[in-house]
Amino acid sequence: MDQQTVLDEVVSSEYKYGFTSNIEQELLPKGLNHDVIRFISAKKNEPEWMLEWRLKAYEQWLTMKEPTWPNVDYPPVDFQDIIYWAAPKKKPELNSLDEVDPEILATFEKLGIPLEEQKVLAGVAVDVVLDSVSVKTTFQEKLAELGIIFCPISEALETHPELVRKYIGTVVPTNDNFYSALNSAVFSDGSFVYIPKGVRCPIELSTYFRINARNTGQFERTLIIADEGSYVSYLEGCTAPQRDENQLHAAVVELIAHDRAEIKYSTVQNWFPGDKDGKGGIYNFVTKRGICAGVDSKISWTQVETGSAITWKYPSVILKGDNSIGEFYSVAVTNNKQQADTGTKMIHIGRNTRSRIVSKGISAGVSQNSYRGLVKVLPVAQGARNFSQCDSLLIGDACGAHTFPYLEVANSSAIVEHEATTSKIGEDMLFYCNQRGIDTEAAVALIVNGYAREVLNQLPMEFAVEAQKLLAISLEGSVG
Amino acid sequence: MTPLLQITNLRASIDDREILKGIDLTVNPGEVHAIMGPNGSGKSTLASVLAGREDYTVTGGSVLFQGKELLELSPEERSREGLFLAFQYPVEIPGVSTANFVKTAVNEVRKHRGEEPLEPAAFLALMRERMALVEMDPSFLQRSLNEGFSGGEKKRNEIFQMAMLDPVVAVLDETDSGLDIDALRIVASGVNALRRPNNATVVITHYQRLLDHIVPDFVHVLWNGRIVRSGDKSLALELEQRGYDWLKQEASVEA
Repeated sequence: MDQQTVLDEVVSSEYKYGFTSNIEQELLPKGLNHDVIRFISAKKNEPEWMLEWRLKAYEQWLTMKEPTWPNVDYPPVDFQDIIYWAAPKKKPELNSLDEVDPEILATFEKLGIPLEEQKVLAGVAVDVVLDSVSVKTTFQEKLAELGIIFCPISEALETHPELVRKYIGTVVPTNDNFYSALNSAVFSDGSFVYIPKGVRCPIELSTYFRINARNTGQFERTLIIADEGSYVSYLEGCTAPQRDENQLHAAVVELIAHDRAEIKYSTVQNWFPGDKDGKGGIYNFVTKRGICAGVDSKISWTQVETGSAITWKYPSVILKGDNSIGEFYSVAVTNNKQQADTGTKMIHIGRNTRSRIVSKGISAGVSQNSYRGLVKVLPVAQGARNFSQCDSLLIGDACGAHTFPYLEVANSSAIVEHEATTSKIGEDMLFYCNQRGIDTEAAVALIVNGYAREVLNQLPMEFAVEAQKLLAISLEGSVG
Repeated sequence: MTPLLQITNLRASIDDREILKGIDLTVNPGEVHAIMGPNGSGKSTLASVLAGREDYTVTGGSVLFQGKELLELSPEERSREGLFLAFQYPVEIPGVSTANFVKTAVNEVRKHRGEEPLEPAAFLALMRERMALVEMDPSFLQRSLNEGFSGGEKKRNEIFQMAMLDPVVAVLDETDSGLDIDALRIVASGVNALRRPNNATVVITHYQRLLDHIVPDFVHVLWNGRIVRSGDKSLALELEQRGYDWLKQEASVEA
């Protein structure tokens, strides 16, 4: 099989997770106004201040414009043509998996992530968000013994409103950007995590998101607080069913690390990327930001991005505490007509703060893949250090890779390094693999996984295996 | 007895330029053949065509591999059937450990033979044993394939892979190029250790010195896309003394 044939197959490979769950749903009519926000807030029995907060965000949003600076191109989104609330009609109170709707379990079976197996084998507590309402939360009791709170944010608003109120919007203000304002106004659900002082969370906390209702925007809101001297590793993974209409996904994630606390946030993102002509597919406009608020704190973002038609995402770290550390490890794959504009921002404020950026872009088909990153060192950030490595790998000759690094250094003691490479999977490399009995498809998977190794190594073991498979699936007609 | 490799009137070209102009060669089990010739005579082209590199177009002839038409198979199928090419310029694959690469290759071949993948522990033991053949340190297993390897280490890694894949016919393409005398000896002893009555080796080389270590049963001289002379190992010595010019002249006269 020649390279072109393989590339054609790669390019024509269809999304493998395209199916729709048939679960009864409660839908609100399309469109957004004050009443919709009141409805959402009331549905969730939110306190009055939360409703006020949402409404204020909505007012701000009305005055804002969609950002046009990303290196992506898509038809305008009609925000009045979106359903802002959908929930399974029956909200079950569950103690075990046996009580979960069999349809939901079947959905996870198809995704290859059987909950039971995940729980038992991986020791992962899974807070499943199916559309907008959390259906299942596990390991709550065990975590509660340690004082760890891990629950849907809507539940946290009922049980720990003071914590939510103290932190929500402090890292990503409602008016930070167009999509964060929208999210703040209409967010449906998401995860809330609080790790008390000195507690090391013994298991990886994990949420599988899944968009499941036709025409429903997903507006997840996640808030993670690691108190002094604590540690938590949080995993987020998602796949979505095939659709004809574009779907908007505008999540906001906020992380707060106090003195000597560490938060590790890992994402495997596999939203429906659209078909090979670019039809359908998720618009993924996400605002993720963490603050190293305390001294010696650390926040590490790791992402494997293979899905979505459009990705607009810059997981960032504000390095406020002295000696704090921010990390960003990313693999972004684009194939067919996918477009990704992703990267990070590292804002150095504290003294002796360090940041590390490792970005690996992989472009195939006729896709466009952009890295966009900002390293900013404020005048007060004495002794700041940054290292950035931005690599691009091209498969075929019809795709594009772009790098937009921004440096703003206002302290002369800062040391900032930036390295960048662009490479292609050469025919020599493929032929060498072929000569060892490895077909071209498997060779591409092998080479790509090798290329992304440094990032994949940052993922927890079970997630890394999943991510490797995902890279192979994203770039090929089949796995192995 | 079916020959392991039977090449008949093989012709191949690249960019409409004919490089191989009718090669005939029969390799029987247990034999070592050396193919020598001046630069540009088509030696490496022959190796590439046998392995199935797509840059070359086969314009005529046939290659039977254990009685089966080789030219109809994809490069990976040829490998799985037991054809091994030790590359003159092995590629580097960043981030892919030697162990992982070799494991992937061996398991593809095992799958082809209807065998189960090897258990990790047995596999590691086998790798260590075969690395010892070419005096490679096991620490190479965890290093990215060929990345940062010296020329000699890359060639030893080729023979290590050959030992792991246990081919029916191994073609060594200028494996001696760039090797110092110690590395040459190590590589050659590795190849000799793998010789058995039911396999065969085709050694492509520019120089006679490798043949001091891997002693050939037959020596063929390739010039201008044809085998112009065949003989035993004494032919290699003669070439060492006289060079290639006299053969070129003879061949020109005959043509």
